[in-house]
Amino acid sequence: MEKRYINKEGLAKWFGSILNSGKRVYAPVRHGEKVDFHQVHSLEDVAEDYIQTTLSAKSVIFPRAEVLFSYKKDNKEVTLEDFNPDSVPETVIWKIRPCDAAGFIPLSDIFNGGYDDVVYAAHLNKTTLVSFSCAKADDFCFCTSVNGSPGATKGSDIQLTILPDGGAIVEIITDKGMALIKSAEDCFEPAKDEDKAKYLADVPVYFDLNTVHDKLKEAFSSDIWKQQSERCLGCGACAFVCPTCACFSIEENSKGSHGQRIRCWDSCGFSMFTQHTSGHNPRSTQSQRWRQRILHKFSYMPERINDFGCTGCGRCSRACPVDMNIREHLTSIVK
Amino acid sequence: MNKLEEKAVSLLQSGVKLILGYEKGDKGARPFFCHTPEDASKLIYDEHATTNLATYILKPELMGHDKVAVCATLRTLRAIAQLASENQIKEENLIVFTITEEGNGDVKEFSGIDEINSYLTDKELEVAQLYKELDEKLSGMSREEKWSFWVNEFSRCIKCYACRAACPLCYCTRCITDVNRPQWIDPWPSPMGNMEWQINRVMHMVGRCIGCGACTKACPVGIPIGYLSRKMLNDLSEEFGYIPGQAMKDGNSLSTFKPEDKENFIH
Repeated sequence: MEKRYINKEGLAKWFGSILNSGKRVYAPVRHGEKVDFHQVHSLEDVAEDYIQTTLSAKSVIFPRAEVLFSYKKDNKEVTLEDFNPDSVPETVIWKIRPCDAAGFIPLSDIFNGGYDDVVYAAHLNKTTLVSFSCAKADDFCFCTSVNGSPGATKGSDIQLTILPDGGAIVEIITDKGMALIKSAEDCFEPAKDEDKAKYLADVPVYFDLNTVHDKLKEAFSSDIWKQQSERCLGCGACAFVCPTCACFSIEENSKGSHGQRIRCWDSCGFSMFTQHTSGHNPRSTQSQRWRQRILHKFSYMPERINDFGCTGCGRCSRACPVDMNIREHLTSIVK
Repeated sequence: MNKLEEKAVSLLQSGVKLILGYEKGDKGARPFFCHTPEDASKLIYDEHATTNLATYILKPELMGHDKVAVCATLRTLRAIAQLASENQIKEENLIVFTITEEGNGDVKEFSGIDEINSYLTDKELEVAQLYKELDEKLSGMSREEKWSFWVNEFSRCIKCYACRAACPLCYCTRCITDVNRPQWIDPWPSPMGNMEWQINRVMHMVGRCIGCGACTKACPVGIPIGYLSRKMLNDLSEEFGYIPGQAMKDGNSLSTFKPEDKENFIH
């Protein structure tokens, strides 16, 4: 892995050059108490001093609603307009957290496992992830319990670790990352002898992930699902803020003789998610749906795609209106 | 043993199968399902107990067919009263008690819905600070400015429907947004679709919303959606003499005609 150093002025200049290159840049933007990823047009738009965005950066690559194709009927002639991968602009996600960047690995395994999902792949291929290591964490963070860390580089193309002088250690992880550096080579200096670990947040390890995985193998019929999920409202906020939840539904936006087919986020926590046309629902209770959520992320995904469906970002616990804390629930499974 | 725990133990020993209350959580008090006398010591009751427990009362999978007791805050009492006025409460299976504000954690058990209603008569529904600030901000705006304010707010809505799930009065077995033939409201987020959903939600709540703020609290992206329902409560109060925070008497304002209803809106 190549490393560089960039000073404060260089950082601003590099950011400016990315914006000027015509790429779409998404970065955390403050709106009242909440910080979330939006398209930005200057460095001043980028939020400072926050632990985590409310929503993950997932929607930049897997949008909340995406038109798969459009159709038009003119008498007997039907015209289809397919999703055009070339319509996706080159994009940079700036200041993404390491846990969010890591989230794109399981997400990509789901969408691009076996064959490439054309729509997802188009976004992924055109997106460069510039992660910032975490200097701060809160009690909801548990990345270190799920194979991550405040300075993990897995999933990132470039990672910056901000230094007290306002400059940063620059780690170049992928070719895509290198291309973004090369586009403004003069902003960077050779790497200094700095230990990145000094600048990282301290996130305790709460549980052993392999033990969770092992315990879950025998847990399908356990009472814990009912106990843990009693207060769950089934609202779906956890799935919508999650960087790795990939469930979607296909909706029809029909306007008579023309329309669109749209892929939208969905959640296994919703009662309608598994409702059959017959009226039968194989996951008819919230405890069954909660079990699905945990087993999918910590049992099925490791078996199918060799990766866990959780990066320890803690968003689901922060967003839950009734304090369903996933770290606490996983810790209790280990015990 | 404190009075709350004593009450819980005695109820559980006398045939009640479940007590809906609160326990200590990471964000203050959180909902707690107390099934055994041994668990009763976990029950707490303080100002952080903000989740409206009435939301759970309408879930048959949680309530079963046995007797259930609810440790109700004012918010929960208001929701139970309104639900009862809509014939949604099976009184014979429900015991409601509260911790009185007056002092020392005294437990008050209600003999029934009527007593809950009379208990609520002198309890004024407070207006949250956030809503007061919004009132001030919006009162200086023109119609167009207000419209663009809300379009902007709702542009952040991700249509997760947490507001619907958290609301104790949102209990349709099939919500209009889940109906797709015809599809009245876009289920995906879109500028007008988001607006349609929220207008629809607020209009379904007119005269039924008890102002508990569960929707605002549940919204993960922080849209102050409860403000709209709260504003409606005030309008209803002026137009129909409805008292915010109390159960609607004689039917729902917007679906009940009375000869003496004002007609000043007809031009």
